[in-house]
Amino acid sequence: MTILTEAQAKAILDKVIAFSTADETIAQLAGGTQGNVRFARNDISTSGIVDDTDLVVQVAFGKRVGTATINQFDDASLERVVRRAEDLAKLAPENPEFMPAVQKQTYTPTNTYSESTAALTAEARAKIAEASIAPCRDKGLIAAGYLEDGTTFFAHANSNGNFGYQASTGADYTCTVRTEDGRGSGWVGTNVQDVATFDAGKDVQIAMRKAAASVEAQALEPGKYTVILEPAAAAGLISFMMNFFDARSADEGRSFLSKQGGGNKIGEQIMDSRVNIYTDPWNPVVPVLPWDGEGLPRERTKIIDAGKVANLEYSRYWASKQGKPETAGWGNVIMEGGTKSTADLIAGTERGILVTRTWYIRMVDPQTVLLTGLTRDGTFYIENGQLKYPIKNFRFNESPVIMLNNIDELGRAVRVKADEGSSMMLPPMKLRDFTFTSLSDAV
Amino acid sequence: MDRRDFLALSTFFTGAALSPNIFGKAIAASQLQETIDIAVKKRLADAGLASAKAAGASYCDVRVGRYLRQFVITRERNVENIVNTESTGTGVRVIADGAWGFAATNAMTEDAVAEAARQATAIAKANARTQTKPVQLAPTPGVGEVSWRTPIKKNAMEVPIADKVDLLMGVNDAALNAGANFVNALLFLVNEQKYFASSDGSYIDQDVHRIWAPITVTAVDTTTGKFRSREGLSAPMGLGWEYMDGRAEDKFVLSNGLTTYGNSYDMKEDAIAAAQDAQAKLKAPSVKPGKYDLVLDPNHLGLTIHESVGHPLELDRVLGYEANYAGTSFATIDKRDAKFKYGSDIVNLFADKTQPGSLGAVAFDDEGVKTKRWDLVKDGVLVDYQSIRDQVHILGKSESDGCCYADSWSSVQFQRMANVSLAPGKTKMSPADMIAGVDNGIYIAGRGSFSIDQQRYNAQFGGTVFYEIKGGKLGPMIEDVAYQMRTPEFWGACSAICDESDYRLFGSFFDGKGQPSQVSAVSHGSSTTRFDGINVISTARSLG
Repeated sequence: MTILTEAQAKAILDKVIAFSTADETIAQLAGGTQGNVRFARNDISTSGIVDDTDLVVQVAFGKRVGTATINQFDDASLERVVRRAEDLAKLAPENPEFMPAVQKQTYTPTNTYSESTAALTAEARAKIAEASIAPCRDKGLIAAGYLEDGTTFFAHANSNGNFGYQASTGADYTCTVRTEDGRGSGWVGTNVQDVATFDAGKDVQIAMRKAAASVEAQALEPGKYTVILEPAAAAGLISFMMNFFDARSADEGRSFLSKQGGGNKIGEQIMDSRVNIYTDPWNPVVPVLPWDGEGLPRERTKIIDAGKVANLEYSRYWASKQGKPETAGWGNVIMEGGTKSTADLIAGTERGILVTRTWYIRMVDPQTVLLTGLTRDGTFYIENGQLKYPIKNFRFNESPVIMLNNIDELGRAVRVKADEGSSMMLPPMKLRDFTFTSLSDAV
Repeated sequence: MDRRDFLALSTFFTGAALSPNIFGKAIAASQLQETIDIAVKKRLADAGLASAKAAGASYCDVRVGRYLRQFVITRERNVENIVNTESTGTGVRVIADGAWGFAATNAMTEDAVAEAARQATAIAKANARTQTKPVQLAPTPGVGEVSWRTPIKKNAMEVPIADKVDLLMGVNDAALNAGANFVNALLFLVNEQKYFASSDGSYIDQDVHRIWAPITVTAVDTTTGKFRSREGLSAPMGLGWEYMDGRAEDKFVLSNGLTTYGNSYDMKEDAIAAAQDAQAKLKAPSVKPGKYDLVLDPNHLGLTIHESVGHPLELDRVLGYEANYAGTSFATIDKRDAKFKYGSDIVNLFADKTQPGSLGAVAFDDEGVKTKRWDLVKDGVLVDYQSIRDQVHILGKSESDGCCYADSWSSVQFQRMANVSLAPGKTKMSPADMIAGVDNGIYIAGRGSFSIDQQRYNAQFGGTVFYEIKGGKLGPMIEDVAYQMRTPEFWGACSAICDESDYRLFGSFFDGKGQPSQVSAVSHGSSTTRFDGINVISTARSLG
């Protein structure tokens, strides 16, 4: 199934709503094509294309909800999926936190689609892999990497007359380059909406330089250091922290945003006053769909304003229970920065450590958002504004909340994606007293 | 890597948004008990095999799969969601011109499977143009028509939803009455109905069952602003509903009353203990950092085995196929050849795809290889890896270890971790005997925070509950414990292992690997084990 047009999607969703005999009906139709190419040991190892489109129908009788899914769209199939959802709803226990479907909404479209990404072919993917591998082969280096791209559409409708349709594209490229003797490793990652803005042959040079430059790594004592986290290195920590801005958990007393004595920390200063974090579906660099999973329209919303908690994320149920207005779930995270590049930050650093990438980040203590993880694929000692020598990787135990109280300087924000997170905009960060607790022999 | 998938998953399912199709299509509970007629599966497989051969493939395997899952999700006195999913289709893998090709279809017709086989062959021929070395597939004998089922006593999919809801509501009530402020209790059931056929002459029908019953209990002290959670001490298992029986003989009780579980689980009893422990955690003192002798319960040590032994001894990591994502391995082949000392002389680590009750137990892997048990570390020395048919020649071996797995009919099978376990000690020793010999130590049970570097050297592990050991006696609960280790030194510090009577399985449903990422379920067995002089840090911090 190729990308359905707005009219095709609406026709299917309208039929679903019409077939339903339930008190209310919500339907989502989403699909598209995802392509990938993977390479390792300087050869393409796997490549594939997955086409899929699915219709999800959720109906409610009172507070009893049933959900069913199908990937066939003839009238008989559409009626069958509605009946199946209705049967499940009749058997389900009442959900005391049930919220009725949203009313008809108005959405202002966001620019989430790029034609060049949608036009990417298997041959083009193979060329991107080859553009990564060939220069490594020439220099006696070994490349392993992955490109994944997707072109998707998303449409939704409900029995209150609400409807939305939009198409999106995205691509994520990562490449790890290692020396043949296994003593050096470098990495580069690029996340784009429009593949025309991306050049693997140019990007891979960054990973190649870091691999070659990291061979004679020296061991530094673990301890507190000034660090420059490249945006990709910061992404793992910041994206982890952003998972814990849920208002309900904070109000229930089980979040770092819970207030001693009850309530949450909205309005309290928790970070350096230079920290400004917000969400904005129309951001031109990391645009997202103009609605959330419930169909509420997303808006530009401050999350951290000059270091103070400006807003938390409320589910519709929790907002109604707390007497708050309904607001959409956040689709992206943007942290403001300055104007300097990572290279500019290095040039202005007397002594410090440059971190290319962070790895295997896990929660140690949710009370303080203490996270542990490691540096990887390019860690260097900085002296008098220059990368002086490569250093062995470190394990860190650090809270992003403490980290964002120890800011020396923020650089220019760019689009990044954490290993286990989604796209965001983050600046490179120069931070004081970042806590490294042990050395790793891993290269 | 044990991914954060479950966190994302439970958030997804408990949200008010529509149910996702991560695991397939939503279906009625009664459909979870259905199977596909074996004759239909054979016809589909034969269509694929014949089509691949006609298209010029030298080898072909066809996997007809029906993957079923059920989730029952509750918090406090609410049922948050009940989801049944099904994903059915056929994956065809071929070798043509010396290269692999793969294609899959969800259309259950002979024509669609034949077409997928032609596509897979075309992709293989295209890949062959740039491939530098042809695939070398280790031989495996065809076994004809055989079948196997996880040796369960009761299919959990057959238990009525109402009974499951009653069980979880009873668990939540018990926890709330015992002092919990919040409680989440879940059931997560899996049934993989897998049919494998290959041009080697095998037609293998397998019916694989798994069960998991996780709980999280949270206590909050609003006056101090402190909160603490205590996870359940169950393990996901390759068992049926009988796992929920909580039989007395499957309970392992420490002198302080801490109860852990073997082949069955008393969910309500553990929920009550979890509520009491969560309250105790609010008041427990922080650990004083330093070197301690650690006594590790099997339900904790399993994750350490997973990360520091299971992963570094996966051959695809050793060779560099995972370099960009999950990483490589310190345990390179030259180390095996040089008889690398992985641990102390009493350390014997083995892989086993046959162990009853384990998550990885099957009769044949996803490329038709009969499963087995084999040694990875023998008397402390690295002796072998986990491999599949197209890798094993690199080790100088002629037979696959049977470690091939795909998480769906639509995913291509590749090398995954077997159940990797620590053999029990050979002399009689109970956990009480072990603790009696420790002067300054910490007892740890349950899984906590875990993180390890990309070559599997440097790791840090937390746990669920921690008790001080002083002068051979189990002392009070302590908090904020994490130990840091370097893999060979850690296993070199292994000084005692309890005997077979203490042996239990730990498990993980969500071991993630590959790009695009696939999950697999795996168990790790051990008895309570002692490690001397391990570096322990305090994870207590203040946000000011």
